[in-house]
Amino acid sequence: MIETQQLSHTYSAGTPFAREALTEVDFTAYRGEYLGIIGHTGSGKSTLIQHLNALLKPTSGTVRVAGQDIWRSKAVTRATRFQVGLVFQYPEYQLFEETVYRDISFGPKNMGLDETEIDRRVRQAAAFTGLDETLLSQSPFELSGGQKRRVAIAGVIAMEPSVLILDEPTAGLDPVGSEELLENIREYHRARQATILLVSHSMEDMARTVDRIVVMDGGRIPLTGTPREVFAHGDELERIGLGVPQITRVFHRLNAMGAEIDPSVYTVAQAREVILATLRKRGALHGN
Amino acid sequence: MAIKDITLGQYFPGDTVIHRLDPRVKLVFLVLYIIALFLCTHVLSYGIMLVLLLCIIRLSKVGFRAVLRGMKPIFLVLIFTAVLNLFYTTGEGAPLFSLGILRIYPAGIWSACFMIVRIGMLVSSTFLLTYTTSPMLLTDGLESLLSPLKKLKLPIHELSMMMSIALRFIPTLIEETDKIMSAQKARGAEFDTGNLAQKAKALVPLLVPLFISAFRRADELAIAMECRCYHGGEGRTRMRQFQFRPADGVALCLGFVMAVGVGTLGRLGF
Amino acid sequence: MKDAIITTEDLRFTYHTGGGEGQLVLDGIHLQITQGEFVAILGHNGSGKSTLAKHMNAILLPTGGTVWVGGMDTKEENSLLDIRRTVGMVFQNPDNQIVANVVEEDVAFAPENLGLPPEEIRRRVDDALRQVGMYEYRTHAPHLLSGGQKQRVAIAGVIAMRPRCVVLDEPTAMLDPLGRGEVLRAVRTLNETAGVTVVLITHHMDEAALANRLIVMSGGRIFSDGTPKQVFQQVEALRGVGLAVPDTVALLWALRQAGVDVPLDAISDEDCANVLFPLLAPDRKEL
Repeated sequence: MIETQQLSHTYSAGTPFAREALTEVDFTAYRGEYLGIIGHTGSGKSTLIQHLNALLKPTSGTVRVAGQDIWRSKAVTRATRFQVGLVFQYPEYQLFEETVYRDISFGPKNMGLDETEIDRRVRQAAAFTGLDETLLSQSPFELSGGQKRRVAIAGVIAMEPSVLILDEPTAGLDPVGSEELLENIREYHRARQATILLVSHSMEDMARTVDRIVVMDGGRIPLTGTPREVFAHGDELERIGLGVPQITRVFHRLNAMGAEIDPSVYTVAQAREVILATLRKRGALHGN
Repeated sequence: MAIKDITLGQYFPGDTVIHRLDPRVKLVFLVLYIIALFLCTHVLSYGIMLVLLLCIIRLSKVGFRAVLRGMKPIFLVLIFTAVLNLFYTTGEGAPLFSLGILRIYPAGIWSACFMIVRIGMLVSSTFLLTYTTSPMLLTDGLESLLSPLKKLKLPIHELSMMMSIALRFIPTLIEETDKIMSAQKARGAEFDTGNLAQKAKALVPLLVPLFISAFRRADELAIAMECRCYHGGEGRTRMRQFQFRPADGVALCLGFVMAVGVGTLGRLGF
Repeated sequence: MKDAIITTEDLRFTYHTGGGEGQLVLDGIHLQITQGEFVAILGHNGSGKSTLAKHMNAILLPTGGTVWVGGMDTKEENSLLDIRRTVGMVFQNPDNQIVANVVEEDVAFAPENLGLPPEEIRRRVDDALRQVGMYEYRTHAPHLLSGGQKQRVAIAGVIAMRPRCVVLDEPTAMLDPLGRGEVLRAVRTLNETAGVTVVLITHHMDEAALANRLIVMSGGRIFSDGTPKQVFQQVEALRGVGLAVPDTVALLWALRQAGVDVPLDAISDEDCANVLFPLLAPDRKEL
């Protein structure tokens, strides 16, 4: 669905402050998948995602969406912004309109759609992000932090992008708020068969939600694969400074202590199954 | 070019004689320099001032290119002033050049040249001050120099605090502007197309969040300051103490000599 | 008996948005924090934890009940400065706490406000920066630092006042894991080596697990108060108030639900592994 070939980007090229943020990156996101991107501040993940919706222009290399080079023409570049929706960190700081309705409609309006279409999209986007219809006529600045964030995300969803990129959408939210938001995103994924790219620091969040993980470090992609595959490289992740989910750590420890157990678990549910299975095998489980 | 790359009035850190001078001395010297500039009437006096400026630039190791770059913005002003002086100064002798009502006298050429040099040196010397003195030191120095005015109930401390906080937040606000612009562009906003009216309208999604954010920051900062026992300028001490060194004395004397000297030369027709 | 540094008695707070009814945010809090404790206050967004924190150095005054800091009533206007030098506060946003253009100038801000002599200020600034591990950055510009570094500078700026207690209101909310680790290490060191009382407001379970006392808030009241081991055992109850438990405890609880007899108080990786090992390999001796 989206791919980059030998993508490189240097900030402030040609000045003494030049900094190469991406080095010959080959990145692919398949249609309809739920992909996780993980990496430190400075790993290049923000730079990468800003290339995917044509906010940044490659210093060298290409970016293709649905097979087409997004820099082919101005029209294509502009259309990419609407096809690939990008939600930045702390998106609630970009709200500016007088009412929630008008703020959410900013994207669709820029797309040149007619009133009825805009209305449909705004209401649907609000529903996806769990915003009650009564909030539409209120000023976004009267809402709580969590609600404001939903408005901002709805503003991007209203463009009905086929690719949705979210940069740390749960940053600053409490566990319940986090879970609700991730659920909303999952809903969108299912309903629209959209390709979702989730950028996050939380190994645990990643483990629970995504189909595939891309690890970034120093402007390159050292690791990709399913969560199971990626978390098996505990040492390398440690070296990069990323680590693995707590459950995986515990199981690695058990393994090191001598227990014969498959350490490639990464969620509590999986861990529970593995342990119960082992206990059943030994006949050590009472009842159940 | 990112907004961050502007070198206008920026501070170039360094450890030269000029950098180490007391900022108050530098401020006073600048004032004296500008006064002296306006007392110049003759090639000789301009020459002395120019040589002095070049020496200071050399000592500060800022680089001539940086100084010339600082003059880029006022290039048009220079040309405009030069042209004005060229055509509107009358003097003795016959005009060198005539075209209808436009006349160029020898005095006009001198005048234009002097104007360019004067404005150029004025701007360069001011930039040299900001190039070699960190914003914090500048505001501290200014506050120190103006502190006698506190007796007149002028809010010197408050103004100084405002200035240093503003300076501290400039890079942060620039970063935020970039972020907001990116976020709105991601929703299809265009900031550089259309006529003036359209461009102005396009700024709303940028300015509204920026202002709101600025107010929020101000609020949070104020609370943080209060938590650190800020209660105005009364009873406040400073960690950094200005020390008057021999070099400062030399600079100050030089400044006065320069001003008086050039003034005298002017009197004598030079 | 160590003395209490912060005491609240039937603390109530109603938030008024101007005109008409207010919102009851704190509903009768009785709390005592003793000198030297490392307390974590957990709660979902809206539980009142931040509001409670702001009462601890008189940023907010109670609408009902009383708050004492180091024996001083926060309502006493004359005690305000003394209260604020006794209990320092660090906020969520690293940028909006830094006043100056240079790291050491910012750390000097508080001592300067206290009117201390320049040499004393210099000493305190150097000490504070060393304590948080930022001494090498003392002449750097703050806006070029990472989030974790900025927060450490903010912490240094507070401890330069030599407070008896430091309250940190979700200090790691805007930081990446690296920054979080830096800040938590600095906070722990502060408590363990300098004996400064630490009150950490957070909703991260793994951070709360570092404290020696955990207070859980919900709906403006204290829901639970005990050691992390004690508090995390109430898995279902915590879920009910919008919180989670560390994955280790969640696993043990899930196993318990399936009939396996395991304790619920093994929070750390090591403890959890030690609990699970005998189940999986009972014939092997622990290494």
